[in-house]
Amino acid sequence: MSAGWTEVKLVPDGQNAAADVGYADPPPRVGFFTDTSICIGCKACEVACKEWNHVPEDGLNWLGDSFDNTGGLSADSWRHVAFVEQRVPAAGHDASVQREGEEGAGAGDGFRWLMASDVCKHCTHAACLDVCPTGSLFRTEFGTVVVQADICNGCGYCVPACPYGVLNKREDDGRIFKCTLCYDRLGNGQEPACAKACPTESIQFGELEELRTRADGRLALLHEAGVSEARLYGHDPGDGVGGDGAFFLLLDEPEVYGLPPDPVVTTRDLPAMWRRVGLAATGLLAAGAAAFIGSGRGR
Amino acid sequence: MSDAEVTREGLRGERPGREARLGSGVDRDAGTPQPRRRKRGEHPFSSYYGQPIINPPVWEEREIGGYLFTGGLAGASSILAAGAQFTGRPVSARASKLTAAGAIAVSLTALVKDLGRPARFMNMLRVVKPSSPMSVGVWILAGYTPLAFASAASELAGIAPRAGRAAGLGAGLLGAGVASYTAALIADTAVPAWHGAHRELPFLFVGSAAGAGAGAALLAAPLAENGPARRLGVAGALVELGFGQLMERRLGMVAEALHQGTPGRRLRIARGLTAVGAGLAALAAGRSRPAAAAAGAALVTGSLLTRLGIFAAGVASAQDPRFTVVPQRERLARERGGPTAGPSGSSD
Repeated sequence: MSAGWTEVKLVPDGQNAAADVGYADPPPRVGFFTDTSICIGCKACEVACKEWNHVPEDGLNWLGDSFDNTGGLSADSWRHVAFVEQRVPAAGHDASVQREGEEGAGAGDGFRWLMASDVCKHCTHAACLDVCPTGSLFRTEFGTVVVQADICNGCGYCVPACPYGVLNKREDDGRIFKCTLCYDRLGNGQEPACAKACPTESIQFGELEELRTRADGRLALLHEAGVSEARLYGHDPGDGVGGDGAFFLLLDEPEVYGLPPDPVVTTRDLPAMWRRVGLAATGLLAAGAAAFIGSGRGR
Repeated sequence: MSDAEVTREGLRGERPGREARLGSGVDRDAGTPQPRRRKRGEHPFSSYYGQPIINPPVWEEREIGGYLFTGGLAGASSILAAGAQFTGRPVSARASKLTAAGAIAVSLTALVKDLGRPARFMNMLRVVKPSSPMSVGVWILAGYTPLAFASAASELAGIAPRAGRAAGLGAGLLGAGVASYTAALIADTAVPAWHGAHRELPFLFVGSAAGAGAGAALLAAPLAENGPARRLGVAGALVELGFGQLMERRLGMVAEALHQGTPGRRLRIARGLTAVGAGLAALAAGRSRPAAAAAGAALVTGSLLTRLGIFAAGVASAQDPRFTVVPQRERLARERGGPTAGPSGSSD
C-alpha cells in the first residue's frame, strides 16, 4: 500500500473502488470477466490457483454432482468450476450422446453442459469488508478485496455477510481465506494465476472498464448468433453491490450456477438498522425508568 | 493465455483478441432455445444441486446464540440494578448487579472462545468501524464490562459505595446498548431470516432482554421490591410477542424458517412461556413469592428460547437456497413490474 491517503468519500460513486476509500491516484481497477460460454470445464483455474496460492487440499470427495467434486467456493477453493447438466430442447446442440429409446430423446431434444468458473466477486460495495471488525479485510489499490491473514482473528462475521457465499473459515486454522485476485502477482506486474492458466480465455483478466466493453461486444455477438439465453451477470454498477470486480457471461439464470439472482450488500440497510437500534435502546431505558416511577420506595 | 503485464499505470503488453469463435455446436439459424420446464410449486426456483447460495454462519449456537441471550440479560439487569439502587430496593439492586456481572462474564468468555483464533481477540481493538456492528459492539462491551464488574464488586465488598453507584448508573446506560446492538449484529448479514427482519429485530431483542432481566430480578427480589421488575417484565413480553408477529408478517415465505423443525419448536415454546410469565407477573407475582419465582423462571426461559430459536432459524434459512433465491426473484419481478419470473427464458 504505497499510495497516500486522502479524505474518504462519504458517498462512493462505485466507479473507482480504490479512490473511494482514499487511495490517491490509484492504478486502474482490475478484475475478471469470466465468459462461461467458452468454458470447457478443465479446472486448470482451480489447479493454478491452488498451486500459486498454496491453498490446501479441501477433501478428496466424490460428490456425485456431475464432474464437480469441488462443491463450491470455500477457504480452500478460491476458484470453483460448476458443472450443470441440462436436458433441454436446445437448438443445434448435439443430441447424439443419448441412447436410443431414452426418455426425451425425441426430435429437437438435446443435452447441454453448462460450465462456469466461479470466484470471489471483489464487489464495489463489499459486505465482508464493511463488517470486518479487525480491519483484516481491506481494499487494495487495484480495487480488489483481500483478507490479511496476519490480522484475521477468525470472528467469522464476513462469512454470512457475503451475499455470494464466498468467504469461509479454514477449520484447522481458524482464520478466513478467499481469493486475493493474486494480489502478490498484480504487485509484480503479473496477471492472476487462474486467468494465466485458462486455455480458452474463458477467464479474462484486465482493467474493469475494458472488460465491461469487451463483455458487451461478446454478448451482442452471441445474441446475434441466436444464443438469446446469454446474459451478463455482475457487470452493472447500478446493481445491489455496485457492480462486481469479477463478473460473468452466463447461459442460464444465475441460481442455476449457484449464484444469487439479485444480491444486495447487507450494509446498505445498516443506517436504518442503527436508527432502529437507537430507538429500541432509548425505549428500553425509558421503559426501565417508567417501571420505577410512581411506584414509590420499596414497592 | 496472454502476455499482459500489470503496472501502476495500467496494463501493458500484448492482449490478443479474445473473441472466441462460435463452435459448430451453435446453429446460428436455429432460433431461440425454449425455456426449460421447471418443477411446479408455489415458489418455483432453481439451484445448483440444492446447495446453499450464501455460506451459513460458522458461529457456534451455544456460544453466539447463547450470547444473544446473556448479553440481553446483562444489559437489562444493569438497567434494573441502576433503578433499584436509586429507589431504595437494596436486595433487588444487589441481585441484578450480580446477574449482570455474571452474564457479561459468560458472554465475553463465549465470544472469545468462538473466535477462530481466540488469542487474537485484542485485534478487535485495532479499529473503530461504524459499518461493522461487531466492532461497535466490542467498543460498547469495552465500556460496559468494567462498569458492570465495578458495580458488582463494590456491592459485594461493600467498598467505595459512591463510585459503585456511579458505575452502576453508567452500566445501566450502556446496558441498553448491550441489549440492543446484537439485533444489528445478526441482521447485518445476508442471512435471509435475519436480514429480512432487520426492522423488527431491535425491538424484539430489547423486549426479550427486558423479559430476561426482569425475570431474573423476579426470581431473586422479595415481594416488597419486585414492582418494577413485574412491570418491565410485562412490557418486555408484550413488545417481544408483538414484534415477533410483525417480523413473521414481514418475512413472507422466509417465515417458514421460523416455523420448521428445531427453530419452530423453540419459538413456539418461547411464546408460550413468555405469555405465561407475563400473565403471572401481571396478576400474581405481586402477592405470592412462588408465583413471582414462576413468572421469573418463565420469562428467563422464554427469552433464552427466543434467542436460540431466532439463531437456529437464521442458520436454517441460510442452508436452504430457496430462502435466498425466491425473495430475490420476487424483488426483481416487483422492480420490473412483470409477473413472477426473472430474465429471459425463466418464465413458467
